[in-house]
Amino acid sequence: MVDKKTLVDLYTRTLKVRLFESKVWDIFGQNLIPGTLHLYLGQEAVAAGVTAALKKTDWIQSTHRGHGHVVAKGADMKRAMAELLGKSTGSCKGKGGSMHITQFDVGVLGATGVVASGLPIAVGAALSCKMRGTKDVVACFFGDGASNNGTFGESLNMSSIWKLPVIWVVENNFYAMGTPIKWTCPSESIAQRAEGYCIPSKVVDGNNALEVYEAIVEAVERARKGDGPSLVECRTYRMKGHSRFDPAKYRPKEETEYWLSRDPVEIIKKIAIEQGALTEKEAEKIEKKLQKEVDAAAEFAIKSEYPKPEEALEDVFAEEAA
Amino acid sequence: MTEMTYREALKQGLREEMQRDERVFIMGEDVGKNWGGAFKVTKGLAEEFGDERVRDTPISENTIAGAAVGAAITGLRPVAEIMFGDLITLAMDQVCNQAAKMRYMFGGQTSVPLVLRTVFGGGKNIASHHSQSLEAWFMHTPGLKIALPAFASDVKGLIKTAIRNPNPVLFFEHKLVYDKKEEVPDEEYLIPFGEAKVRREGADVTIWGTMFMLHKALDAAEELAKEGISVEVIDPRTLVPLDKKTLLDSVKKTGRLVVVTEETKTGATTAEIAAMVQEEAFDWLDAPIIRVNAPDTPVPFSPPLEQFFIPDKKRIMDAVRSIV
Ligand SMILES: Cc1ncc(C[n+]2csc(CCOP(=O)(O)OP(=O)(O)O)c2C)c(N)n1
Ligand SMILES: [Mg+2]
Repeated sequence: MVDKKTLVDLYTRTLKVRLFESKVWDIFGQNLIPGTLHLYLGQEAVAAGVTAALKKTDWIQSTHRGHGHVVAKGADMKRAMAELLGKSTGSCKGKGGSMHITQFDVGVLGATGVVASGLPIAVGAALSCKMRGTKDVVACFFGDGASNNGTFGESLNMSSIWKLPVIWVVENNFYAMGTPIKWTCPSESIAQRAEGYCIPSKVVDGNNALEVYEAIVEAVERARKGDGPSLVECRTYRMKGHSRFDPAKYRPKEETEYWLSRDPVEIIKKIAIEQGALTEKEAEKIEKKLQKEVDAAAEFAIKSEYPKPEEALEDVFAEEAA
Repeated sequence: MTEMTYREALKQGLREEMQRDERVFIMGEDVGKNWGGAFKVTKGLAEEFGDERVRDTPISENTIAGAAVGAAITGLRPVAEIMFGDLITLAMDQVCNQAAKMRYMFGGQTSVPLVLRTVFGGGKNIASHHSQSLEAWFMHTPGLKIALPAFASDVKGLIKTAIRNPNPVLFFEHKLVYDKKEEVPDEEYLIPFGEAKVRREGADVTIWGTMFMLHKALDAAEELAKEGISVEVIDPRTLVPLDKKTLLDSVKKTGRLVVVTEETKTGATTAEIAAMVQEEAFDWLDAPIIRVNAPDTPVPFSPPLEQFFIPDKKRIMDAVRSIV
């Protein structure tokens, strides 16, 4: 049984990501965000459940769909939002944008535009935790689509032979752009593949933050004890298209309706209330507070300056010691 | 000073850095006890530092490079080895998209202090997948430092600098150089990046080259001297950063330049050097800049074919003669 504080934490993280992403969706509609976006709407419970099970010094490795990961891990929302708008106050000074949204100081190794490229980096970070004896762990997010890339096999294998403190978090939203996972994966689950690498795995409801959390807690424990990696497949669904302009017409209506009826925010709220951790009133209070923070973040981002053009030349190399 | 092989000097540099800094560790395929590296560079280090710090990996190039990235950004100093330079193709994403770009695209939040060692070049009749010289690809990727020492006295000081550098450093060795001997200082020394070395002084023609071609250029210079042609030979030692000044000063003195590497000609580092020199020293040039490279084909296997492919002393001498 998880305690009440944790339930409130799960609700808060899930909602925070929801409100952040809803705001992002809004201001994208006002043409304030250059380029494209991969929204995290619908998958909030995964980021919430995973990050609630981690310490601040633990690491996460993010993906192209990374806003939710970073915000749930505790990123400064002002700097995150400003980054999406390409402002100099952004966490990456406007050099990364949506696909590289990162805040290293809260334990985000990076967000990457190359699908499945985060897995090797997570291996190295986990190796580093182990060799430096920190007891920190690494949670590596990736999609169902990413699990078909070669790094999946390489990295799961390496993490297993070296018993690394890493948790492989598959966000199975059933599609890689327009390609359904059933076209590209012959097995019932992606989790099954872990068996070949002797990695314990589990399939959980990725729209239920509590279920995600409980599976990750178990995996984190294993990792911290030095017993090696685990894989948790979180089944979830995008509320929107793959990227901003994708209407996602390729998804059957009944399927979409089913998943949209299972709102991650509502699910964790209901659990928290049923278990006496939260009242409607308290939930509302939390929401109001978060909404204020998100609004302030958006205002900060919109008001911030763009970088000076010549700043494009900075940050290629780190300064060498004299 | 002690005379030793390039291989031994390189190993000494690695050993000294591992003794100095416990964050430094080596990983790669067959680098450990059973083999000691495909070219025996790390032989004995696993016995000395243990399997944890001289870590054998599966044959997973992309994850070797990526794990080096992950370890580097979280506080270690990995020295990863890719067994053959040709196989770096399997790690291109981690090298060129991740290691090279991380600091930039994250706005300076992180740096990636890793060294990736690998070996280039032909001359061993091991054909198209084990003989290439691919340095231009990486010179063309902003965010990577590139060292390519060709002499024992340079390799030790440069590997030490590479390991201490806060950026991703590609460290390119050449198969035919490992057994070459030179006097190497006994005391600790570091060679700064971006400082070329004039390997031979001369007055009539400048040769700029890298890796094994430097050895051939020096042989060519020796013979040309008998014909009364005085050749200056410049070894950049690092491609990024590139010491332009030493080269330009030399060209301003000689007025003539031959650039020679083992790369296939089109788009090679020699093309970049030629372009740079004509931009910055056009008025001093008395003749066209001549490129000596391999033809634009894969590296062939059969000895007569490979010998034809790799630039030799005669081709370098002909190039020099053609502009004096
Ligand atoms: C290596 C690579 N191939 C293709 C792409 C283009 N691409 C971007 S996202 C994506 C689908 C990824 O699917 P999945 O891993 O399931 O993540 P999701 O988008 O569903 O979160 C593709 C093909 C890419 N960015 N990187
Ligand atoms: Mg997907």
